Amino acid sequence: MKNPVLRSVLGVMAILLAVPGLLAAYDYPVANPYIATIAGTPSEFMAELPAGIRVKQLQLKVFEDRDVPPVFWYQKKLKYSLAWQKEKAPLIFVIAAAGTGYNAPRMQVLQRAFFKAGFHVVCLPSPTHPNFIVTASTTGVPGNVREDASDLYRVMTQIREDLQDRIEVSEFFLTGYSLGGAETAFLAKLDEEKKVFNFRKVLMINPPVSLYSSIRILDQMLVRNVPGGLDNLNAFIDRVMTKFSGVYQKLDTLDFNNNVLYQVFEEKGTSDKEMAALIGISFRLISSNMIITADVFNNAGYLVPKNHILSSTDSTTDYLKVAFRISFEKYFDEFFYPFFKARSPGLTKEALIESVSLRSIEKYLASTEKIGVIANEDDLILAPGELDYLRQVFGKRAKIYPHGGHLGNIDYRENVDYMLRFFSERGEEP
Amino acid sequence: MTRTRPVISVWLVMALLFIGVLSGCATSRSVEVPARHNLDEFPKEKVASPFDVYDPIEGFNRGVYRFNYYFDTFFYLPIVEFYETITPNFVQDRVSNFFDNISEVSTLANCLLQFKGGCVVKTVGRVAINSTVGIGGLWDPATHWGIDRQREDFGQTLGYYGIGDGPYLVLPVFGPSNLRDAFGLAAEKAAFEVIDPFNFEHNEEIGAAFYTTGAVDQRHKIRFRYFDSGSPFEYELIRMLYAKYRQAEIKK
Repeated sequence: MKNPVLRSVLGVMAILLAVPGLLAAYDYPVANPYIATIAGTPSEFMAELPAGIRVKQLQLKVFEDRDVPPVFWYQKKLKYSLAWQKEKAPLIFVIAAAGTGYNAPRMQVLQRAFFKAGFHVVCLPSPTHPNFIVTASTTGVPGNVREDASDLYRVMTQIREDLQDRIEVSEFFLTGYSLGGAETAFLAKLDEEKKVFNFRKVLMINPPVSLYSSIRILDQMLVRNVPGGLDNLNAFIDRVMTKFSGVYQKLDTLDFNNNVLYQVFEEKGTSDKEMAALIGISFRLISSNMIITADVFNNAGYLVPKNHILSSTDSTTDYLKVAFRISFEKYFDEFFYPFFKARSPGLTKEALIESVSLRSIEKYLASTEKIGVIANEDDLILAPGELDYLRQVFGKRAKIYPHGGHLGNIDYRENVDYMLRFFSERGEEP
Repeated sequence: MTRTRPVISVWLVMALLFIGVLSGCATSRSVEVPARHNLDEFPKEKVASPFDVYDPIEGFNRGVYRFNYYFDTFFYLPIVEFYETITPNFVQDRVSNFFDNISEVSTLANCLLQFKGGCVVKTVGRVAINSTVGIGGLWDPATHWGIDRQREDFGQTLGYYGIGDGPYLVLPVFGPSNLRDAFGLAAEKAAFEVIDPFNFEHNEEIGAAFYTTGAVDQRHKIRFRYFDSGSPFEYELIRMLYAKYRQAEIKK
């Protein structure tokens, strides 16, 4: 299809043909889970969302007397956003995926979708994002979903107070995706005891079942798929950059949309292995950010020498190089597990792994009608058997799509419609 | 040169901010203990790491990087946000297209300098179509007709003829660059002033409006915000992306 006119005619036809599909079966067009995960939904299949909405970035000082290490001089307060309705309305909290901030692209999708549906929307960073770790985490060691949920709960409670004069709230809802989805479940359970919000309905979007097993899958994606291993990462990145050279000149500009990515996948051919490596790289960067932040915050001497104070102009390149070589599993064994063991002696590694898995609150999840889950059969972060586990625990409250990879279909129109329907059918089963 | 008073005060604000940035903070330290992991474990990282970019004045560059954050936060972005508030999206898009169309003349010059025939043909076609059918470049029908925008600049031309990157530089306001590209950028700006295609020399006020709107539109088009990723390694990642991106562009 080199002819541009023919191409645009076909494009228009595709859109017209897709319209009746609104009522038909799941027609998410990307069958390859790697492509879906990286490139998301092609624009003609996206939910229609308003462009300019009433939204403001806000900041919250969570701990009054907290000292922030100098290298984090730009992280003094927790950053979050509020999109608000002028009249009394329900409020929904949205929790981001591992390592991402309140304004990540997928957060903005949910923000706009829920705003359009009449919610006040509060978008929160993941407790694993450096901004949260430095300003709002009690321990500064993220990834312990139970502790992270209680940190989130504190933040949400403070935000609720802060916003009291600004907006009128009728009732509270909660959602989150990926790791944010798992945290959502723990938050809902916590709320049953504390009852600050009495969440009406709670939706988990593409959550991991066992955080530990999902992390191992992501670790492996990097290690197994960079040809020649991490020693040859440089050559791999050069090759990928050349292939995508047409994409990233648009990547940071406003005219970027992910159809450019599809064009590359179509024209240059990208193997599953390459895409898996890219996903692995992006996860390793997230984990590098987390590890260095936890290390510096606690002066733990893991990557940065203990008592060494980094200034805002010191080079951190060598720490990045080392952090990029440390798998999350290794960090878990060497830093994470010993940290929590020191706080509760007798804690076994297995018990810690279990406690950050949905299985540890299975009874609650199976019995409460307010929680639903959205999952994809080809989600890359689910281990064998975990999808069946979700089906079994959630029953009719699990919405499972055949395709979408990990979060690839989060802005797919039918999926967005489902989310809105889920929340609008109050208290009842959707 | 068309320099009006507001521009002078811009430089003054910048200079003041800049001094503030460079006066770093001194801190007391206790005895250091070696970290559990260090680079000696990974010898390959010392010779072939994607994160290595020649950056001999890294400390200074990081200072400028931080300065750019302050410049953005307290000066540049408030103006851009004001512009975005008072103008409808429709107008913003027309303005962006207008400046893009003008910048393609420089793309054309650089395609010619590199004897890239396809690039020349496409860019001539685009400028011709967009300046006429697109009414002075306000619209971009050429892209809709499948003639994609080409991007070439003088830094790339120099790279094409074998000039190396030189040390990495973070330029005040302009951001990530290197010695070669900074020279290229300066040369392009100078050429524009010398050629003076719109005769700003005799229309100073129009010239000032052109440069100001151009600067606002430039920032409006770029999504990037300093320190917004939250990554403690943002400086390294941006530096790597810049270096790799330019290498790939020059190879093209």
